[in-house]
Amino acid sequence: MNGISVRTATLLALAVIILLAPVLFPSSFYYRVGALIFINGLAAMGLVVLVGYAGQVSLGHAGFSGIGAYACALGPVHLGLPPLVCVALGAAVSGLLAFLVGRPILRLKAHYLAVATLGLGILIYMVINNEGWLTGGPDGMTVPSLGVRSLLKGYGIKVTSSEMWYWISGVVLLAGAFVALNLHNSPAGRALRSLHDSEVAASTIGIDVARMKLTAFVISAVYASVAGSQVALMNRFVTPDVAGFMHSVELLTMTVLGGAASVLGAVVGATILTALPQVLTVFEDFEHVLLGLIMMLVMIFLREGLVPSLARRMRRSAP
Amino acid sequence: MSEFLQFLFSGITVGSVYALVALGFILIFNASGVVNFAQGEFVMLGGMITYFTYSAGVPLAAAAVFAILVTCLAGVALNKLAIGPARGASVVSLIIITIGASIFLRGLAQVVFDKQLHRFPSISGDDPISIGGATILPQSLWIIGGALGAFLALYLFFSHTLTGKAVLATANNKLAAQLVGIGTNNMMTLSFALSAAVGALGGVLMTPVTLTSYDVGLTLALKGFAGAILGGMGSPFGALAGGLLVGLIEAMTAGYISSEYKDAVAFIVILLVLFVMPNGLFGRSALERV
Amino acid sequence: MRLTNLSRAMTLTLGAAVAALALPAQADIKIGSSLAQTGPASFLGDPEAKTLKMLVEELNANGGVNGEMIELVMYDDGADANKARTFATRMVEDDEVVAVVGGSSTGATMAMIPVFEEAGIPFISLAGAVVIIDPVRKWVFKTPHTDRMACGKIYEDMNKRGISKIGIIGGTGGFGKSMHGQCVDVAPDYGIEIVAQETYGPKDADMTPQLTKIAGAEGLQAVLNPGFGQGPAIVTRNYAQLGIDVPLYQSHGVASKSFIDLAGDAAEGVRLPASALLVADKLPDSDPQKSVVVGYRDAYMAATGDSVSTFGGHAYDGFKMVIAAIERAGSSDPAAIRDEIEKTTGFIGTAGEVNMSADDHLGLDLTAFRMLEVKNGEWTLVE
Repeated sequence: MNGISVRTATLLALAVIILLAPVLFPSSFYYRVGALIFINGLAAMGLVVLVGYAGQVSLGHAGFSGIGAYACALGPVHLGLPPLVCVALGAAVSGLLAFLVGRPILRLKAHYLAVATLGLGILIYMVINNEGWLTGGPDGMTVPSLGVRSLLKGYGIKVTSSEMWYWISGVVLLAGAFVALNLHNSPAGRALRSLHDSEVAASTIGIDVARMKLTAFVISAVYASVAGSQVALMNRFVTPDVAGFMHSVELLTMTVLGGAASVLGAVVGATILTALPQVLTVFEDFEHVLLGLIMMLVMIFLREGLVPSLARRMRRSAP
Repeated sequence: MSEFLQFLFSGITVGSVYALVALGFILIFNASGVVNFAQGEFVMLGGMITYFTYSAGVPLAAAAVFAILVTCLAGVALNKLAIGPARGASVVSLIIITIGASIFLRGLAQVVFDKQLHRFPSISGDDPISIGGATILPQSLWIIGGALGAFLALYLFFSHTLTGKAVLATANNKLAAQLVGIGTNNMMTLSFALSAAVGALGGVLMTPVTLTSYDVGLTLALKGFAGAILGGMGSPFGALAGGLLVGLIEAMTAGYISSEYKDAVAFIVILLVLFVMPNGLFGRSALERV
Repeated sequence: MRLTNLSRAMTLTLGAAVAALALPAQADIKIGSSLAQTGPASFLGDPEAKTLKMLVEELNANGGVNGEMIELVMYDDGADANKARTFATRMVEDDEVVAVVGGSSTGATMAMIPVFEEAGIPFISLAGAVVIIDPVRKWVFKTPHTDRMACGKIYEDMNKRGISKIGIIGGTGGFGKSMHGQCVDVAPDYGIEIVAQETYGPKDADMTPQLTKIAGAEGLQAVLNPGFGQGPAIVTRNYAQLGIDVPLYQSHGVASKSFIDLAGDAAEGVRLPASALLVADKLPDSDPQKSVVVGYRDAYMAATGDSVSTFGGHAYDGFKMVIAAIERAGSSDPAAIRDEIEKTTGFIGTAGEVNMSADDHLGLDLTAFRMLEVKNGEWTLVE
């Protein structure tokens, strides 16, 4: 195949899309949708590592997005930290939390694991929602600005918030894809993927199953956290919904819809679940009926997810 | 003492609702290995269809039976149209399919019915019964009775009837079940129909106390799922005990510790139990086949 | 080979999404709205959306405003702040609306504000919390009374009845939590002491444990329940079940006839602050609001078949104020509309008489609130 590896191909494809898509944008609103796609895509990529590589399920990853988002809301106000440091702080807290609870949680199998992660997500959500004195409660709180736009203005460059975040989140997405793809090909990645097929088999060939699963869990938590931070900084306002169960489900659906083991699939899944509701608004009351229907149809007829299924079909039809 | 009794009554009532949802969960799980996140929507359909049939002038009992039958059909349709064609897909894919079904049914209810809250009359009136200084509504007794009845019926079905054993055999090893001449497809259909019926029954019984609307399903599904897992996904007894426990923990936490964190305490207990007993309180561990 | 296939697939997907997004539409005057038509606040968003649709139809059938038709661009944000923010951007950048009426929940409203402030689009929010208009923002207005005012009205009534020690049971949704906080905040101003506080989740099925605890508090004279949706109806039923005999106060969040239907006999004697809308028939003919609220109520019931609620009334007030401003401005320029909205005086809406100014973007006072009590299954005016 022309000697181009999947890794290079995926990175190139992503870079081309990020660079060229704006040509088609009729208004600044599309930059906003683009930025949301890239941010959701990043969180979904983290889940590709956890779900696609390691074969573990999570129904609570929005909780980590919540930690990342509120780190950016609270850090500057209470600790006087600059916003960028807060992104790192959120990622560190998320990673640490994932590390601490990961070991006992990841001993659980399939549906038991689903409920445990669900519980973890709900616990994080409840703390954010209930501790109103700190987080503003369900009505949310304002997030300080990143300050990039006023900086650019100083140089005479004027961009809308959506445009700026399109490029920032695009670059972060590429970086995230780079890391995830490298992991895929590394010895650790191969060990990780061997869990997907059979944990018992993996352990008999000397793989520390518990440690590998924990690694995947921590990585995916950090991805979700950075995504949450970006949403908070972009919107400059955050509510507990970012950590809610529905958001966890959305992230997992994006991952699986695109193809759980495919980094490109994460972006495709994110594109569908982010852009589709914007398209479906024309159907008004039938919006949710159609969304549910599309989710079911994709999973029934393209059960490996869009990207792997379509790639296979194209390979078959290609000369 | 009367305080404790009041918390106990509240916990058992709410816990019975969760138990009915949990029983529905394990019915489908036992037969197909699928966790059906649309289980809460069965409960919603039970309540909403009863309300709208009843408001159209049909007697309450007939409306309830009609609602349960329609929900059964929805359950069968879910199996035939969505779960069946996706057989063999991964656990996560199946979860996404049932979540899609739940969004679909909720969206449909919002279009077909409405987005208002609804209630229909209690079966035996609303005069509270006083016991030891605490009170309980007659409808709560119906809910508790419904959960116990559903549990008993399922227990007898699985352990004392040939059909019930055939369902369990299908769940255990589908190929082996087919080899001994069990119509596994029929067993699957039966399980979905029964599960939907149990869910709808829950909806019919709880609506006079808890009210219903197009979007009551999600919370119920989460709590019922948690209850089923706490009990150890599999046995009807586990589902009943798990559901009741979640309800009791919530009520006792609200009464004695903090109402703000009662849901949190329920999930903390579930997490702790799972850390010690990875297969829930009454579940058996399954060996992984390589 | 694989590269081109994959990238082609991606471009196609993205291209299709973008093409479907770009739905060109041309109308005379576009008014935007993002409401919680579904989700946890659909109790608010549903009547608001139906009201706006009804009013636009009515207006266009009568020849529009200044001879131009109105097009309503409406989105369902499900009370999700992130979605609301996206729709706000869409309304400004893509739909190019000249004014926005909407934002059912405080969270969604606060997330949209920066977009409209930056773009210079007048925005009338339908959400409750006081933070929306305090401090005053140039482009942001709101129609409902603040939750702080509701607390004040309730405490005034308690003072009259000689009540000074109360318990609060609040919902943990945005509405309940915000009002709960405000009521705790202003209690000392009215000499009210809060002796017990409990909460419940928006989807909870039974609140008897919390109420049992409150009932056990020393010297309890009344209980207040901020919240909307099914919570207040269940609290009211549980209250009767437990036989608690001190007065129960609900908030303006339950203000519709359906509350009485859902709570049944248990609702007897419950008091709450509300707009005149709920007692339209019982207002004296001399009341300036009478014709407005009777007119809106009848039109809404005829159009939807539902009973009227205060929340739909908020949308009514917001839309009428925007249209009046467009009429007075004689143009659909956002800045001109904003200036005229700020000059709104003597406007009689469902919430009361609105007198806006540069430093008051709500324009309502406590007199607009009526204290209601449920008697024989009907709302009645206290006094």
